[in-house]
Amino acid sequence: MSGHSTFEPKHPALKWFESRLPLVGLIHSSFVAYPTPRNLNYWWTFGGILSLMLVCQIVSGVVLVMHYTPHITLAFDSVEHIMRDVSYGWLIRYIHSNGASMFFIAVYIHMFRGLYYGSYKAPREVLWILGCIIYLLMMATAFMGYVLPWGQMSFWGATVITNLFSAFPVVGPTIVEWLWGGFSVDNATLNRFFSLHYLLPFMIAGVVVLHVWALHVVGQNNPTGVEPKSAKDTVPFTPYATIKDAFGMVCFLIFFAWFLFYIPNYLGHADNYIPANPLVTPAHIVPEWYYLPFYAMLRAVPDKLGGVLTMFGAIIVLFFVPWLDTSKVRSGVYRPLFKQFFWIWIVVCVGLGWLGSKPAEGGYVIAGRILTIYYFAHFLIILPLLGLFEKPKAVPASITEAVLGKNKGAAPASAGVSAPQTKG
Amino acid sequence: MAGAAVTGSRGKETIVAATETAGTTRRDFLYIATGAMGAVGAAALVWPFVSQLQPDASVLAMSTTEVDLSQVAEGQMVTVKWRGKPVFVWNRTPKDIAEAKATELSALLDPVARNANLAADAPATDENRAGIDHEKWLVVVGICTHLGCVPIGHAGEYDGWFCPCHGSEYDSAGRVRRGPAPENLAVPPYNFVSDTKISIG
Repeated sequence: MSGHSTFEPKHPALKWFESRLPLVGLIHSSFVAYPTPRNLNYWWTFGGILSLMLVCQIVSGVVLVMHYTPHITLAFDSVEHIMRDVSYGWLIRYIHSNGASMFFIAVYIHMFRGLYYGSYKAPREVLWILGCIIYLLMMATAFMGYVLPWGQMSFWGATVITNLFSAFPVVGPTIVEWLWGGFSVDNATLNRFFSLHYLLPFMIAGVVVLHVWALHVVGQNNPTGVEPKSAKDTVPFTPYATIKDAFGMVCFLIFFAWFLFYIPNYLGHADNYIPANPLVTPAHIVPEWYYLPFYAMLRAVPDKLGGVLTMFGAIIVLFFVPWLDTSKVRSGVYRPLFKQFFWIWIVVCVGLGWLGSKPAEGGYVIAGRILTIYYFAHFLIILPLLGLFEKPKAVPASITEAVLGKNKGAAPASAGVSAPQTKG
Repeated sequence: MAGAAVTGSRGKETIVAATETAGTTRRDFLYIATGAMGAVGAAALVWPFVSQLQPDASVLAMSTTEVDLSQVAEGQMVTVKWRGKPVFVWNRTPKDIAEAKATELSALLDPVARNANLAADAPATDENRAGIDHEKWLVVVGICTHLGCVPIGHAGEYDGWFCPCHGSEYDSAGRVRRGPAPENLAVPPYNFVSDTKISIG
């Protein structure tokens, strides 16, 4: 993957194996000797946390399938069976349902981190786009997973989201019937969503492998945005990054456990404990919290197709951020104006999320329109123009200089690694 | 560190000795304490995932089956389901009982009763196999003790059961008389609720 492996097996059996499949050497070069910038802060632990959450969701999900029945007459009852009869079933289901929310909390922090420190800029465009694809897959997976308990919110969520496709002219209604496998959300829909909900996480895992591969080719970004230039700028992945990631994971798991054991239904909807009824829609229907900003955009546009395109566009625009940001300076730390606009944009995103949870009427809709316009303006107008007009602060010559100050930076280093990365 | 254990393995003694003399440091303690805490946490997390594989509450709730014996004619054998398994309930004729009683224990492949209602070492006499005070009733789990097939009733040379999978044969007390099955058909835990009703499990 990256550089030469410094791993030299001593044991004859390991030598024999390594000369035929250099697996241990690959692990060693990727997760032990791999040089990481010495100045990574705790925002960089979310990559590891996300890997942990993916494993958590797959393990708990595989176990839930052992007790779940994907049929409209049995699905709701089988979920209740998991909650009441299966040994620790309540715990495993709550791990899975809250784990989805934790996964999204972590991925949003991870994305905001990337946007703030310019982690999408050359040469990390492919890395960024792979991340966007993972995010899209996550949204599809979470949506289909939410349908499986076959409660009222499951059913009506599935109805509303699949109906988005009916907005497309001519082919829309045909696409929707094809998605449903019928003329409404029904057993065929449940079965295909179940199948895909099981498949997609493994596709996510596959793209995660590409994501990590791309990361190890170009190297990690860091808070300064300056590429490592010498051995002094990096430390070996193990123990430095592994221990820091592990500590971040433990803190995140404490946060997770608080939801899990004290407010397991806080992020859910009470209506989903009512079995699906195709004849009655709940009075107030909202998606899961992680879709709320997009839901607000959907409702802000007074046109069916326009709303759908706006909503999808909000995600599509992320793919183009590496080329929309024209600034030569990578990290937001040295960009005084960008920094302010970045935080305004964060507030706009949170604001859209809040509006998404409110009824679509009066002032909420007007506010939703303003924030939706700002969301797109940030990417399509502000980011391209900032690069042209902003006067960035002086960027340090090296990571070591940024960490130790200008004078000490020239002094002989006390820590370093044997194999520096010299990629730009 | 077991320093003595590596003595003689080509010059490693000095390294081990150096580690030994350094003694236990604060950092060693922290490593072990953190590692131990992590191991306990991991084990605690793994347990629910192992535990969920056990029979759940809905399965355990189905663990008792009642059978109305008044509907079973003399000589008739019925199969009921208990915990998902077939249980044979046989209203034996006097001839079947006499045959079972006449069999010497020394002629049996498995001399133990295998009756869940009796001691584990009870001999496989007909009394110990049949219903207590109701000797015409024989209640056995209908699963061949070889590899789990369901034997065919009223078949085989011993007037009991014949297993179609590998040819094991059982007599009229459900005792194995011809291999490869190693044990007699198991008698499940059951009791007579009345003269015409039993409760299995």
